[in-house]
Amino acid sequence: MTLKHVEEYRDAALARQLADKIHRTSRRPVRLMEVCGTHTVSIFRSGIRSLLPETVTLLSGPGCPVCVTDQAEIDAFIEVGRQPDVIVATFGDLMRVPGTTSSLQRERAEGRDIRVVYSTMDALAAARKHPDKRVVFLGVGFETTAPTVAAAILSAAAARVDNFMVLSAHKTVPPALEALMSAGDVRIDGFILPGHVSVVIGLNAYRPFFERHRIPCAVAGFEPTDILLAVAETIDRIEAGDPRLVNVYPRAVSVEGNRRAQQVMAEVFEPADACWRGIGLIPASGLRIREAYAAHDAGRRFALKTEAAAPPRGCACGEILTGRKTPPECALYKKRCTPMDPVGPCMVSSEGTCAAYYRYHCEA
Amino acid sequence: MKPDKVMLDHGSGGKISHRMTRELLLPAFDNPILSELNDGAIFELQGVRLGFSTDSYTVDPIFFPGGNIGELAVYGTVNDLAMCGAEPAYLSAALIIEEGFPLEQLEAIVASMSRAAVQAGVKVITGDTKVVPKGAADQIFINTSGVGVIPPGVTVASHRARPGDVVLLSGTIADHGVSVLASREGLSFQTGVQSDTAPLNHMVRSMLAAGPGVHVLRDPTRGGLGTALSEIAEQSTIGVRIYEDRIPVKAEVAGLCELLGFDPLYLANEGKLIAFVAPEDADAVLRAMRQDPFGREAVIIGEATIDHPGKVFLETRIGGTRIVDMLAGEQLPRIC
Repeated sequence: MTLKHVEEYRDAALARQLADKIHRTSRRPVRLMEVCGTHTVSIFRSGIRSLLPETVTLLSGPGCPVCVTDQAEIDAFIEVGRQPDVIVATFGDLMRVPGTTSSLQRERAEGRDIRVVYSTMDALAAARKHPDKRVVFLGVGFETTAPTVAAAILSAAAARVDNFMVLSAHKTVPPALEALMSAGDVRIDGFILPGHVSVVIGLNAYRPFFERHRIPCAVAGFEPTDILLAVAETIDRIEAGDPRLVNVYPRAVSVEGNRRAQQVMAEVFEPADACWRGIGLIPASGLRIREAYAAHDAGRRFALKTEAAAPPRGCACGEILTGRKTPPECALYKKRCTPMDPVGPCMVSSEGTCAAYYRYHCEA
Repeated sequence: MKPDKVMLDHGSGGKISHRMTRELLLPAFDNPILSELNDGAIFELQGVRLGFSTDSYTVDPIFFPGGNIGELAVYGTVNDLAMCGAEPAYLSAALIIEEGFPLEQLEAIVASMSRAAVQAGVKVITGDTKVVPKGAADQIFINTSGVGVIPPGVTVASHRARPGDVVLLSGTIADHGVSVLASREGLSFQTGVQSDTAPLNHMVRSMLAAGPGVHVLRDPTRGGLGTALSEIAEQSTIGVRIYEDRIPVKAEVAGLCELLGFDPLYLANEGKLIAFVAPEDADAVLRAMRQDPFGREAVIIGEATIDHPGKVFLETRIGGTRIVDMLAGEQLPRIC
């Protein structure tokens, strides 16, 4: 990592120039949605909102993997942890998400073997180390993480590590954009599209969506000036009445994306309908493990009694994920729902909109 | 969903820990010395003002780049005393050891405690050892307590910051947090980051000698710089404004934090301090810090304000502004 390179994208003078440009060009009030949770956090951490004119409203979209995980999926994660001889391996930010009756964190305090890992390969290593246990990795995430999970499944299949399994709740971004635009009551004037996801799927993956809706879209990186540049571009396009799909993150994102990652993902997963928290069922927006790798599919190997589960009462996560509400407009925000006692997942994940508002937003 | 069991968050040093302190511990032991909530207790005994502090050390792994649990246990208590303005003199040490723990490692830990005591200029004058059955503890836990005299005229305390005070930081942040994280099982990052574990009492002595204007001293351990500043803002009823581009963070530390979605403002330090100092004394105190081997990179990172009492604001590198709140619970690595 060459940090010096990164430093350029945090340059105060460049940021000021971009902010000035936005102030000059922005006329009509616009609502831009940053789809990705990492963008949400970067916007808050760098104080970008304080640099933008009042005409620009930034909305956080359904791009925090933990936040869009359905209540029933969380319940399934908890249920799998209660099966005999199971080690659950998970990314850290799932630990606190409340399911209907428990959370992984509570389950760990109850004595279940639930381990935070930093990569799927760590979960595979745990399976090798504990051949007498069944290691279940909780597969949550978008196209960014899905290829690494697929690679772990391929490695496990090749090396016959039969006690390694994945409970897949993976989701894909383009169908969610489609669902947002089809919802009718959601007013969005432009999209800041995710950087990491786009590294994998490429700019072209958004082309059909863009052609159908003709809404300005900019693929952006995660540094403050990347995001300001995407905002400036999108506002330019809106003001000019000339929508385009642009890539302001060309140092990482190509038109075609990462072919190898796409192949690995397609080898292991097939599209399936998936339920998104707050949005509901989106056709072909999930990733199911293909029949050929059924041995590594925890969904098939355990008879989980997962039932559809209602989100917690009063929780506005769904409306927040779709840009209908901001966290301070939720009746539970900062009252019953805090990072210490989260009601909904948007307050749990470090990338969740409510948690970001709680940490970085000052109403004063 | 309120937890009915103790969870790791309760020990994170952030808001959830605070709530347990406020709701469970303070009412149980209710007294004016405890309720000041300094790093250690500050009190008078037969005409002598004393600082008294205790801390238990549980760290995974027990040997980490730049140190081990032994020196951490000595320096931690020494530093807590120093933050009360006390000159650490005597420590106790209690070891809880898991059956089967390698003797060689125990010897290494005790040797490093002994070296640390010499470096800090304190003596371990009482102690205790317990061995518990395998599984009843994780390798080794250490508790140390310490006592020291507060020299006449020294009145540092976390409620004494005033608007206009300059905020000083003794060096780079998050080194300890990252070195421990990076050496944990399951995170096989090769970093050169060493823990910053170090005794701060000698630096504090020179700082207090440099001028009478040192109002608050705090070592931002668990919960990091962000939580420590929030606590001081609350306890002193002042606002704090800090500047992102002045806060030193090592390149490797920043890189790893970015990868895992951690904020270095909330990662632990074991050899750093922050000071709120009257503006007229700030230069002299800063010079004193820089003359100490553990304060060479000391900098001014901000100031205390009349505005927004109880809150900490950060001016970001790109000129934006945001709030810095206390850490809520344990930081968890993110998905992507």
